[in-house]
Amino acid sequence: MKQLLKQSAAGLRVLLVLTVLTGILYPLGVWAVSRLPGLSANAEGSVIQVDGRAVGSRHIGVDPVAADPARDPWFHTRPSAGSADPLGPGDPSTSGGSNKAADNTDLVDMIRQRIDLVARREGVDPAKVPADAVTASASGLDPDIGPAYADLQVPRVARVTGVPEDRIRALVVEHTSGRDLGFVGEPAVNVLELNLAVQAASG
Amino acid sequence: MSATAAGLLQAGLLLLALAVGYRPLGDHMARVFSTGKHWRVEKAVYRVGRVDPDAQQHWKTYASSVLGFSAVSVVLLFLVQRLQSLLPFDFDRGPVPVGVAFNTAISFVTNTNWQSYLPEKVMGHTVQMVGLTVQNFVSAAVGLAVAIALVRGFTRAGTDRIGNFWVDLVRGTVRVLLPLAFISAVLLVALGVVMSLKSGVDVTNPDGSAGRIALAPAASQEAIKELGTNGGGIFNANSAHPLENPNGWTNLVEIYLILVIPVSLTRTFGTLVGNRRQGYVLLSVMGVIWAAMLTVIWWAESHPNGPAALLAGAGMEGKEQRFGIAGSALFANATTGTSTGAVNSMHDSFSGLGGGGTMLNMLFGEMTPGGVGTGLYSVLIMAVIAMFLAGLMVGRTPEYLGKKLGRREVTCAAIAMLAMPVVVLVGAGAALLLPSTPGALNNPGAHGLSEILYAYASASNNNGSAFAGITVTSDWFQITLGLCMLFGRFIPILAVLCLAGSLAAQKKVPETAGTLPTTGPLFATMLGGTVVLVAALTFIPALALGPIAEALA
Repeated sequence: MKQLLKQSAAGLRVLLVLTVLTGILYPLGVWAVSRLPGLSANAEGSVIQVDGRAVGSRHIGVDPVAADPARDPWFHTRPSAGSADPLGPGDPSTSGGSNKAADNTDLVDMIRQRIDLVARREGVDPAKVPADAVTASASGLDPDIGPAYADLQVPRVARVTGVPEDRIRALVVEHTSGRDLGFVGEPAVNVLELNLAVQAASG
Repeated sequence: MSATAAGLLQAGLLLLALAVGYRPLGDHMARVFSTGKHWRVEKAVYRVGRVDPDAQQHWKTYASSVLGFSAVSVVLLFLVQRLQSLLPFDFDRGPVPVGVAFNTAISFVTNTNWQSYLPEKVMGHTVQMVGLTVQNFVSAAVGLAVAIALVRGFTRAGTDRIGNFWVDLVRGTVRVLLPLAFISAVLLVALGVVMSLKSGVDVTNPDGSAGRIALAPAASQEAIKELGTNGGGIFNANSAHPLENPNGWTNLVEIYLILVIPVSLTRTFGTLVGNRRQGYVLLSVMGVIWAAMLTVIWWAESHPNGPAALLAGAGMEGKEQRFGIAGSALFANATTGTSTGAVNSMHDSFSGLGGGGTMLNMLFGEMTPGGVGTGLYSVLIMAVIAMFLAGLMVGRTPEYLGKKLGRREVTCAAIAMLAMPVVVLVGAGAALLLPSTPGALNNPGAHGLSEILYAYASASNNNGSAFAGITVTSDWFQITLGLCMLFGRFIPILAVLCLAGSLAAQKKVPETAGTLPTTGPLFATMLGGTVVLVAALTFIPALALGPIAEALA
């Protein structure tokens, strides 16, 4: 017991020194390096500015809400488990998934609702709605959708914004990142950047 | 390119990178823990700590140092959380609630890093850095120290001294973890990970609505979180959060960091015991089980199972588009085959077989390739058990690495091996008897049982991932899971140090024609068989009621 107390006292002193080293100098050192040009934009959250105004982070997907649902000009993100509505926006001040299992009837109902809502919004056959459109992401902030879900939304966005469909399609391709070197990551369309590009194109 | 081919190439690139790092890192660690020279900064630590770095410790003293250090770590981390409002960068998040602070203190000191809190709302940056990041380093260094002490048991003869805990702790931190973490953290920032001291940034979304995006000093913590096989995220969604893990490259880097030290430690081991093939054989067993489990999880997730996944058309619930199935399966297999527990996808939403696979990885005792240090000592314990079983079969006193495995050695190994299953099954069993437990579950049926089993498997193996639908904020869960973490961590550590002491005291037995070689395929098969058999015999009944029932439904 005496041994343990003696070792604990030494432990406390060693821990305090290691705290200075790994808890203060290390993170602040990384922070200081991250101030370098080329790193600082990433370090501060890869925020996109339009006309001097922060409009979001390129890594964070927040589903846009149409003022008039009948005339919806936006490309939509994947569903967020943090949202009250089946397809509503998540809250980027927090994060998380639904944690529901594939045999959970709540999840089955939710996915059925989402398929229905997306199919109606896009005016397509429910069988055409891809999986990423109706499943909540792990973070609730997934910035990307798959190319198929983007394609599905092109006709509606073209119709509502008045931008020709070919032009919209070209913008989708422009904002699709394939697999780097052909194999790293998954093909993904960045929804925020795409929406900003469409917004700019529609004037 | 098909998703499968791309995934295979990602796994191939990962293995290549591990192979490149294997020799330099493995040899570096062998030098770090055997040289007599101290660095200047280390001498300063010893001076302030008033410890004699050149004194060699008896195993009991070594164990007291581990326990003493861990005990003050728990107390200090608890206090830092409770006193949050007095600290800078607290963003008015207030003192961390007592139950959460207690659970978190134990969880980070035991290298579990279970999160029963919402970091973005509860933990300020000072608590994250001065409290949690520190334990990310030192809890990993403790695991490393204990593993090295066990190796010394095999390499030394006729002594009752197994090294100096303070030296092992400080060197592991200063010479292994700090430099690697620093480089990796900067690399992660360059690849897009956030490193901000702000609490968030206000934005006006394109649709005109206002929002606030949470920011944090993520990169510095992310690097050591993976490298030290810790796993506690600075954001709630952990490595699924796009600011912690923004793309396919950061995903691969993070998986690499999880695996690199445990894998390279087999080289360190081989180098220290003077026969590198002794290390390769351990690595081959780890590698085969790792690959088999990756195949199971990946296959299961690519073949939708269960009504929700079938209806959606793919198992994408709880997965991120940029990682897809392959990137999620690779991460899930790495994080549960080690004691990491970081997640880039929600294991709770995995299929029965896929989620069962992640659970089985932990129930193997996490040795594919296991946590920093803990993986090596866990697999060595199984090697001792395997040699003991072989000895029983041929009727000889078993030996391993020139040391006899007598009653004392086998008893220590058996305690180290059995602690985890006992804690898991007693904990999960007791939770099942509790009338309030069903209310804490997020999913009905067999999957609900899996949530409980996963929670106790994760806590007892110091993993920290979860079938996160389960609500563990009740006192029952906070306390019992906290106890599981303590027992799951320190019973094996004490048994391992006791084993190290009794091995070091022995003289070396010369190798004879009757010695069973431990570098060939026969030994590898026995070791792999023992790992699988022990887990199977212990856990099949529980697994049958949870993930297996779900997979077959």
